[in-house]
Amino acid sequence: MNILYDERVDGALPDVDKNALLQALQTQWPDLEILHQQEELKPYECDGLSAYRTTPMLVVLPRDIAQVQGVLRLCHQRQVPVVARGAGTGLSGGALPLEKGVLLVMARFNQILHIDPAARTARVQPGVRNLAISQAAAPHGLYYAPDPSSQIACSIGGNVAENAGGVHCLKYGLTVHNVLKVDILTVDGEHLTLGSNALDSPGLDLLALFTGSEGMLGVITEVTVKLLPKPQSAKVLLAAFDSVEKAGRAVGDIIAAGIIPGGLEMMDNLAIRAAEDFIHAGYPVDAEAILLCELDGVEADVQDDCDRVRQVLEQAGATEVRLAKDEAERVRFWAGRKNAFPAVGRLSPDYYCMDGTIPRRALPGVLHAIKELSAEYGLRVANVFHAGDGNMHPLILFDANTPGELERAETLGGKILELCVKVGGSITGEHGVGREKINQMCAQFNSDELTLFHAVKAAFDPSGLLNPGKNIPTLHRCAEFGAMHVHAGQLPFPDLERF
Amino acid sequence: MHGTGDIDDSGALLEQVNQALENATPLRIQGSNSKAFLGRVTAGEILDTRSHRGIVSYDPTELVVTVRCGTPLVELMQVLDAAQQMLPCEPPSFGDGATVGGMIACGLSGPRRPWSGSVRDFVLGTRVITGLGKHLRFGGEVMKNVAGYDVSRLMAGSYGTLGLITEVSLKVLPKPRQSVSISLQMNSERALQHLAQWGQQPLPICAACHDGEHLHLRLEGGGGSVTAAQDRLGGQWLDNAYWADLNEQRLSFFDEDQPLWRLSLPHNTPKLSLPGRQLIDWGGAQRWLKSDAEATFIRQVVEEVGGHVTCYSHGLIDTPFQPLPGPLLRYHQSLKQQLDPRGIFNPGRLYAEL
Repeated sequence: MNILYDERVDGALPDVDKNALLQALQTQWPDLEILHQQEELKPYECDGLSAYRTTPMLVVLPRDIAQVQGVLRLCHQRQVPVVARGAGTGLSGGALPLEKGVLLVMARFNQILHIDPAARTARVQPGVRNLAISQAAAPHGLYYAPDPSSQIACSIGGNVAENAGGVHCLKYGLTVHNVLKVDILTVDGEHLTLGSNALDSPGLDLLALFTGSEGMLGVITEVTVKLLPKPQSAKVLLAAFDSVEKAGRAVGDIIAAGIIPGGLEMMDNLAIRAAEDFIHAGYPVDAEAILLCELDGVEADVQDDCDRVRQVLEQAGATEVRLAKDEAERVRFWAGRKNAFPAVGRLSPDYYCMDGTIPRRALPGVLHAIKELSAEYGLRVANVFHAGDGNMHPLILFDANTPGELERAETLGGKILELCVKVGGSITGEHGVGREKINQMCAQFNSDELTLFHAVKAAFDPSGLLNPGKNIPTLHRCAEFGAMHVHAGQLPFPDLERF
Repeated sequence: MHGTGDIDDSGALLEQVNQALENATPLRIQGSNSKAFLGRVTAGEILDTRSHRGIVSYDPTELVVTVRCGTPLVELMQVLDAAQQMLPCEPPSFGDGATVGGMIACGLSGPRRPWSGSVRDFVLGTRVITGLGKHLRFGGEVMKNVAGYDVSRLMAGSYGTLGLITEVSLKVLPKPRQSVSISLQMNSERALQHLAQWGQQPLPICAACHDGEHLHLRLEGGGGSVTAAQDRLGGQWLDNAYWADLNEQRLSFFDEDQPLWRLSLPHNTPKLSLPGRQLIDWGGAQRWLKSDAEATFIRQVVEEVGGHVTCYSHGLIDTPFQPLPGPLLRYHQSLKQQLDPRGIFNPGRLYAEL
């Protein structure tokens, strides 16, 4: 079932006279940069989920908040859908444009407004890159903890909209745990402050609701994040295993020993070999799985934890345990992992990255099932796993130029996500639903739950003009998607009470 | 599954909600009523959550526990304790019978909050009976989950105004290997200066309170870091029980007759000049005030520095929670209207308009 916006199942969108809108914007905001020619619009037709493309009606690139407010007000008056976009690195198509909509690009708001070392906060504009915050805080010995793999390019506004994660979430939390305050503009351009410079604020926790809402409830204009003191020491252990099951069990054993690593990552053989070829990180290429375990904190504790973890890993049957001998080797170990996606990309013309989460205990079963699905669909799957927090990133290898392969990859991906739901997990841990997982939302939530989500949306955007079609599927779409999935009179996962 | 008190009474709770919806009868959701002193005085038919109780699942290696709303908090703590784990946000009980549901609905966190995160930060999923009379599930039992809106975390601290929380899944963590408390004699200005400096260093501080004369610190972590910090900071040994007394408001500071106010402030707010006595907690971000001063005056002073004030003395004023700016209140009303269209869940508990 196609995921591009389909008015038949996703809801009718207002018809807009492009030229009249363009003229109105130009008249009202002569300085506002607006792209409207076909060739100018092209670069904006997708975000990081590049398999899906739609040319937006117009792209606006405001430089000050008054312009953003003006655009929102005008679009609201004329009932024009608006899709907000940050750096466009999102992997779920959250910033996929609409043919009948305006793409509001916030990337030019790239100023760090204030770093307050005593309060340990940074106040930044939404287009500031994730890594730039840590760089600006570094002279004070501070940093911003969430570190999605795209941190060199992704913007903090997008991080908040998607509740971005990274490799250090188990210990340091997601974006929602590291943001104090956001300023937003509502669909009609009204300014609200959610959260505060204190640790809480009066009323309902709209900051929590807003984080991860995928541009459906408002447009972020400013973000205040928490900064943490940089850990004094960080050490990485690399452990090799001759089976993924053993590696999976070792993860549970580390936690059971009372240790919360700063990062705990697993890669399977295909991912190991791809990363090794690309980065030369020194990974053992014949291992079935490796674990990377980073321990950080005060020097004395880190040393102590390292000894404990090494013991746990050896007892869990690791064939080899290596401690990165210096900072250069530590960085190299991580570089292999952080570049796993592009590395796998070198094995195949295209790859499709999934983002399901599962309870960790389900890992062996899920990996086994993925192997079977991979054989059934005739597509290779490499597995990269945030093992500490149960977030899997199976990478499906395919060739879009071979007719039918993209569709097969999509179907296989959908099956993997439904499997995650079946074992008590989620279809998305950190990439968001966007357009990509809109159909699988129907597997994770029943119609009453989706109805409540639509009610939340209606509280902020009753006319549904902000990022229409993302995040929450219509009941109509789910009815059709569900109907497609009925095989021989049986729903998938008949034992699943809530489907 | 765990112990004798394992009863799924969600059917009866759903029936009571549906009855209330049919008759448009406002409900007053309560567990043991240990936190009834918080929020506005409200009327309504009592919905007692305590029949729906028990730990649904707990796997220490997954770091997740799922609990029914009527489960006594103390029971949850015992189960976590036995596995050497904890709820890092240290929610206060304010009474022996406090329930898990009330803990989530009020969203109060203890002394470790600035370092560990708040109650909502540990919420992974909830089951909720909604204003449309449905028993639904949001979030789940996994650490990372961004599917749909984060309704679960919205429920934390909502004082039962958006629906009835029947079950919650919480992230838990291993207890630190070492935990030591110390007291250092110094005035509050100096204590706040120190805390601002230390906050930028990787010190294992995880509770910091100043009582007017002494700065009390709790150091937690591995043996090495705690001993090193203790050597560096010096001071007198302090019984760790101090933090529970602070959290449960059993210190003599809380005994005085004057009204009690909670000030939530940006971390590095200097000493505030207000009539009455103050106790600094959360390394400066939460301050308790015993004062006869007018609410409007206290709020004005605190708002000027970017904070807000809650009145902890029941019935003293009609707006115990800091009033919201107009536009924000409108969106609160709009959300309440959408999620509880018949206005049956704790109407008026947070604000008269909700």
